[in-house]
Amino acid sequence: MTELLLSESEKTFILHGVQQNFRGDGRTRSEIRPIVMETDIVSHTNGSCHLRLANTDILVGVKTELETPLPAHPDRGRIEFFVDCSANASPAFEGRGGDNLAADISRVLARSYASPEILNLKELCILPGKTCWILYVDILVLEVGGNLYDAVSMAVKAALFSTKVPVVTVSTVDGGEPELDLSDDPHKATRISVQNAPVLVSLSRIGNYCVVDSTPEEENCSSASLLFSVTPKGMLTAVKKIGGGSFQQTSIQAAAKQAVSIGVEVNDKLLQKLQQEEEMGRKREKIGFLL
Amino acid sequence: VLRMAGYELLSDQGLRLDGRKPDELRQIKTRLGVFGQADGSAYIEQGNTKVLAAVYGPHDMRESRLRPNAEKVVVNCQYSMAVFSTGERKRRPRGDKKSLEMSQHLKQTFEATIKTELYPRSQIDIFVEVLQADGGNYCACVNAATLALVDAGIPLKDYVTACTASLMLGTPLVDISNLEATTGGPELTLAAHPRSGQIVLMEMSHRFHIDHLPEVLDVALEGCKNIYTILDKAVRRHVSNRGASIGWDKE
Repeated sequence: MTELLLSESEKTFILHGVQQNFRGDGRTRSEIRPIVMETDIVSHTNGSCHLRLANTDILVGVKTELETPLPAHPDRGRIEFFVDCSANASPAFEGRGGDNLAADISRVLARSYASPEILNLKELCILPGKTCWILYVDILVLEVGGNLYDAVSMAVKAALFSTKVPVVTVSTVDGGEPELDLSDDPHKATRISVQNAPVLVSLSRIGNYCVVDSTPEEENCSSASLLFSVTPKGMLTAVKKIGGGSFQQTSIQAAAKQAVSIGVEVNDKLLQKLQQEEEMGRKREKIGFLL
Repeated sequence: VLRMAGYELLSDQGLRLDGRKPDELRQIKTRLGVFGQADGSAYIEQGNTKVLAAVYGPHDMRESRLRPNAEKVVVNCQYSMAVFSTGERKRRPRGDKKSLEMSQHLKQTFEATIKTELYPRSQIDIFVEVLQADGGNYCACVNAATLALVDAGIPLKDYVTACTASLMLGTPLVDISNLEATTGGPELTLAAHPRSGQIVLMEMSHRFHIDHLPEVLDVALEGCKNIYTILDKAVRRHVSNRGASIGWDKE
């Protein structure tokens, strides 16, 4: 990211703030910054979401394509994640500079969505062994203001919620190959159930405490972070440690509890807002980046 | 009336596929200062084409691959398209030949526009990201980058605006959409300094007779001047909004 230079006094100030549960911007250790989100704003996609978490800006587009299923799972569709760190976020991401970070994020997402109870991939199968839907989830990181993983996971969940998969009717021709008829009607579409989709919660360790939704300055002061993928029911589907510091076993257990309670709440609020947005229906004015 | 695969590219009433007249630009919406971290940033929508531009600089040269120039600033551009920006999903956002060529075109355009002699031994980065591609991608990038440079406060000789033009059955069309570009005829892309009329970049695909070139060029140049009027208004509105919030009008 763009160079962040913090003096020792600034670092000490952040450390003391965290100790007293009153961070630089007034938040407690478990509070998240304001989130602004809008779905269905990119026209060539089946589902999309633009999410802004304070200064972190993410744009996700979901495209559905018909392809052959993997031989190991002929009765299931697939979901694939691709992350692109735009140079808009930082000159360091020019060319292939952001590829490492992007690969990290897509791997974590793939692992957190790998559990079979999360998405019903069997619904995406059309003709077993021959044709299935593949969901290409493409994430574009436009600005980094701390807490990248969490913002990306929320945007992905919202984009999947808004995804409209076209209806396919299979007609069997006598003696020939079954024919697939893709409906052109934008109103006849199936939705993907994200009732069990997880949200990533990263906790950065500053001093002896873990804080959620760290700002870039706080990230600079933290020695290591723990990333938890939490489903709405409070189950963990992926855990990852980021950074060079180390944790005691008890710290990890405490962090897991904190992450699960935050994750369940975030999932709940996110779903509430998505449903609210859905209810606005046609009356909703699409703003995108214009405001 | 020219018909192609069931579409009427130019109807009997002289209207195009999206209802525009041949000399009408698509609707332009802009916003300056979209991101806080970049030195300058802007967002532009031209019809359904949406582009984000960010400018970093001037700053000292970080990379060794670009050699510092003792007389002028080095302009470094990157053209990137979001993987979901086109109808068919793209495999890679950048790094392919088309994107590299576009990056070079942007570099050429802005080297001619920025007052490069003011920042020797330094570098200015211009990064454009196409969020939705519906024709005139390069032009939207140039227009967005001009706004981003203005937002960054980098001195320019003039605005640089870009516009496409085409020829359909003897009628020149301005600001081509993707559908018109793929099913229609030639496409002329022009980047110019609107106030002086100086052309900074010109590129043409397909072919038409050289006799028609002046009128298509005229239409494109006119398009560039009209876009300049729109962008100028947007910049003034943005500056007056910013100024009003810190009390400039309270003299």
